[in-house]
Amino acid sequence: MSATTADRRIAVAAARKHSLHRSRMWALWGSYAALTVFVIMFLVPPFYTLMTSLKSSAEISAQVGSPWLVRHPTLENFWYLITYPNFQRYYLNSIIVTVLTVVVSMVISVLAAFSLSRMGFWGSQMLSTGVFLTYLVPPSLLFIPLFQIVGKLGLINNFWCLVILYPTLAVPFCTWIMIGYFSSIPRELDEAALIDGAGYLQMLWKIFIPVAMPGIIAATIFAFTVAWGAFLYPLAYLYTSNQMVLTVGIISDLIRGDVFQWGKIMAACLLASLPPIIIYAFLMDYYVAGLTAGATKG
Amino acid sequence: MADGTSVPIGVMAPGRPTAGRSNMRRFAQRRSTTGFLLALPLILLVAGFVIYPAFYAIYLSMLNKKMTAFVGLGNFEFLLKRHTFQLVIFQSCLYAITSVVLKVLIGFILAHLMHNIPGKNQRIWRGLLLVPWVIPLALSTLTWWWMFDPSYSAFNWVLNQFGFANVPWLGVGWTARFCTIVVNVWYGTPFFMIMYLAALKSVPEQLYEAAAIDGAGAIQKLFFVTLPMMRNIISITLLYSLIVTFAEFDIVRILTAGGPQDMTHVFATYAFQVGIQSGDIPLGASDSLFMLPILAFAAFFVLRGVTKRTKEIAA
Repeated sequence: MSATTADRRIAVAAARKHSLHRSRMWALWGSYAALTVFVIMFLVPPFYTLMTSLKSSAEISAQVGSPWLVRHPTLENFWYLITYPNFQRYYLNSIIVTVLTVVVSMVISVLAAFSLSRMGFWGSQMLSTGVFLTYLVPPSLLFIPLFQIVGKLGLINNFWCLVILYPTLAVPFCTWIMIGYFSSIPRELDEAALIDGAGYLQMLWKIFIPVAMPGIIAATIFAFTVAWGAFLYPLAYLYTSNQMVLTVGIISDLIRGDVFQWGKIMAACLLASLPPIIIYAFLMDYYVAGLTAGATKG
Repeated sequence: MADGTSVPIGVMAPGRPTAGRSNMRRFAQRRSTTGFLLALPLILLVAGFVIYPAFYAIYLSMLNKKMTAFVGLGNFEFLLKRHTFQLVIFQSCLYAITSVVLKVLIGFILAHLMHNIPGKNQRIWRGLLLVPWVIPLALSTLTWWWMFDPSYSAFNWVLNQFGFANVPWLGVGWTARFCTIVVNVWYGTPFFMIMYLAALKSVPEQLYEAAAIDGAGAIQKLFFVTLPMMRNIISITLLYSLIVTFAEFDIVRILTAGGPQDMTHVFATYAFQVGIQSGDIPLGASDSLFMLPILAFAAFFVLRGVTKRTKEIAA
């Protein structure tokens, strides 16, 4: 009697365990199925960019068959762009502007974050809050007064104005991330350094920067992303092709009147998206960690 | 460590106490001076290119078109009476609120799906889902524009295969509004996904176990464990995205440039058209200043949320 109940109990437990297992499996496969659907939806535009970029102008204007597939793949669009002086110019300008922006932003924000996280001075608390608020100021709020200011500086239609303006977009968030990372460094470490006779800059260089390297990488990627992809400022302040950067150059150069050279435009988009994609492929983990820390930790 | 900076503490501290104290004060003073100097580039940048332009915008918005005379609030009055601008207000709100709600919902669903699959597989799926967000927005919007092309486009071809007629995607008001929102949701959702995924991972497993022992089902777990634990991060991301989406420029500018019949203009694109293209700087400045109250409102709550969250984590 007691043996049978025990048996039954075991059987029931096994069944329950089995059904639990099965429902977990269902949840798992359901999740994979749903994720696949989302991934396909999310990747449709990049896929279409790639397909169009491999088509010749003749194939695009023929308008026969599925536009989703390429029948006679060719690299002529890419070749055209690589040998096209204007496109080379845009690429070069983008690289110059981005590199300088990243350097300037990182220097400013690392110094500021070091000072704000470790050396209280009059108003430093207020400044930290202010930095965060600046991060929330969108470029579209200020581009008109900045147009006047850039004009007064004599930098209209000169890509150097972007080197001055982009840091305003990158620095607040970079500083914010770096304050978070620097604050998590134990104070004993800098006390030890001070007792050993290190100066502040030495302390920053030898302790803070190496320890907070993940944060520095995250902030650098952010500054890079902002500088590479910004559209409003270059559109408003640059108008000749020798000064343009990629985002505006592609649009204003490859679209002439009503003639859309879609194959070339898509190839240009692909080439221009390459640097961010490569960077994210290798350093995504750092960036995601920095971003989530920035929003949740502070 | 043998350079000139090694004087202050190490040598003086063990000596006379009075000298030590005055040294301490000097040390603190020097520390705050150095701190201020290190933060100075940031202060100058923010003061010169954020705060000054903000006040300059207010000044500009009160001038007449040629910027010769002071007209007070005339520009604001003019704008509010204009039908196009009333459309702009409506569309900006529609665009921002619809996109943000959709982004939050889809991002939340995606984060849950990602949370369900084993950790070692998450990386590759996250990488694939982040692609929209990695490509510079101005460039991916160009692709969308091409896909929305009225004659021989990706979407219309698919519709034709199923026997539907062509849709003039960007040519008709409401369809065009819908398209701008779709592109924004496509671009912005990955951000929410990674934010919510990080937040989901930080919810302690014991809470779910305790809820399961108390007999809670999946939906009860969602409403009584997950959502309360994530309330703060949801509100922060929601308000932050509201700011960004409200001030969005790239998508509308490239996709429709405000058309058809100004039915997709938002504040930023309208300010660009009026201020830069038509050269009426004061009117453009006053147009973009209309964003300020809404942004300030959202920013206030974001800041409160972040401070609260910081305290929670510190506690």
